[in-house]
Amino acid sequence: MNAIEVRGLRKSYRGQEVVRGIDLEVARGEVFSLLGPNGAGKTTTTEILEGHRKRDGGEARVLGADPATGGREWRARIGIVLQDADDAADLTVAEMVRHIAGFYPSPRPVAEVIDLVGLAEKSKSRIRQLSGGQRRRLDVALGIVGRPELLFLDEPTTGFDPQARRQFWDLIRELAAEGTTIMLTTHYLEEAEALADRLAVLAEGRILAEGTPTTLGGGAKTTKVSWREGGVLKTEQVEDPTELIRKLVATEADLRTLTVTRPTLEDVYLNLIKGNK
Amino acid sequence: MSTVSLGASRGHVELLQFLRDRTAVIFTFAFPAMLLLLFGTIFGDQYTDAGVSASNVFSASMIAYGILSTAFVTMGAGLAMDREDGTLKRLHGTPITATSYVLGKLILVFALSIAEAVVLIGVGVLVFDMDLPDASHWVTFIWLFLLSVTTCSLLGMAVSGIVKHARTAGAILNVPVVALQFISGVFIYPVTQLPSWLIQVASIFPVKWMAQGFRYVFLPDVMKDQEPAGQWELGRIALVLGAWAVIGLVLCLMTFRWSRDK
Repeated sequence: MNAIEVRGLRKSYRGQEVVRGIDLEVARGEVFSLLGPNGAGKTTTTEILEGHRKRDGGEARVLGADPATGGREWRARIGIVLQDADDAADLTVAEMVRHIAGFYPSPRPVAEVIDLVGLAEKSKSRIRQLSGGQRRRLDVALGIVGRPELLFLDEPTTGFDPQARRQFWDLIRELAAEGTTIMLTTHYLEEAEALADRLAVLAEGRILAEGTPTTLGGGAKTTKVSWREGGVLKTEQVEDPTELIRKLVATEADLRTLTVTRPTLEDVYLNLIKGNK
Repeated sequence: MSTVSLGASRGHVELLQFLRDRTAVIFTFAFPAMLLLLFGTIFGDQYTDAGVSASNVFSASMIAYGILSTAFVTMGAGLAMDREDGTLKRLHGTPITATSYVLGKLILVFALSIAEAVVLIGVGVLVFDMDLPDASHWVTFIWLFLLSVTTCSLLGMAVSGIVKHARTAGAILNVPVVALQFISGVFIYPVTQLPSWLIQVASIFPVKWMAQGFRYVFLPDVMKDQEPAGQWELGRIALVLGAWAVIGLVLCLMTFRWSRDK
């Protein structure tokens, strides 16, 4: 059975429809990423699946239960990493992790979780004194302390420096390797590319495309080849660069300037969003 | 984990957080004590026919104010803050129940209210020579105190539902607190100075009955002549406070929201 199954999901705020019939399937153990520009409906979709919001229409099953009526046992099996919380400012990191751990039937050891998110040195610091990135890492710790089968991450690395982001990616890979299903919402494309097994692009409340990082949107159809010939930059878009390069070798082209680029996920994504407008 | 033990865990964390916020500690406890010292000093040399000083009357009545600020305001503002800073959203994503959360808040509110009562009674006894009552009056004190704190907490929770932003919570919650205290005679002595129609309006709300009950506990029996009805009306006090507790509970069940938006 899939970890998440969604059919025709709909949600409106004050007559404005922000989620317009979404279908999703996330298999157990999969890292699934939901991509999309601001206002696409990512957070609303995630919050419906987390049980924080009620849907207006459609079907949703999360770990076999309807998230709108999921009870305590169901909540013990999911983990949520909040996006913008600034609660418990006067507690220490260790106090807060221990407090939340106490809600779950078989939590991870407190010190282990704090270490896992790289906050061991801040363990006795008040949460108020953490930097923005440290605060988000604490949110991750609180989301995983209950050993969730399914973890929701909504824009988890906003405000991280590059090194912290890499550490965070390693942590997500570790969790995925342990078999945790991960639902990752992000607008960092390299993050989705680095972590996701499958992803979907959401815009204006609809799914535009779905696939793996390499097949999304029909995959990258063309390759860009550029080189200099007599000092002049030349560029060609081709489906298969082999023939062109073979030809270039036989010419006067300066092959020290040759570049062959496959479009990144970002190019595919931007084309999808542009095509939608 | 049971609902009760999770509630105790919440209560522990609520108390830790409250005590670490020095400003909140000082204002919550020092403000009512300061008002009592001011009122008691300004009107302290007035004596009733029974020989009871006005400062003693204020000492008793002000316990009602103490409970309003520790229960009604702390509960209302605390809930609005928890909704705004993500506390409720975080908890809603975990296996904890709303009952455990509310239990934790009640532990905080009761601890603060007991401390507040000790401070105010202490000022009354040490500064204004108020006599401590006998055992039977303490029994009344206990049920009156429990009922008052419960009622004010429930009403505070209910009102927090209409507070949009935590930073305006204090201002909104203090409007009924200050208005009711004046018309309920907490700051006015004797109560019968107030126009009778105003006393009738005040009689609809709990504050008048709380103050009257605490005057019964701490003042000599002869002081009942100074009450609007000429008697202490303990039964009616219990009835009105109980009715408001039920109204508060119903409103809480109808309006409690885990998040800012539904």
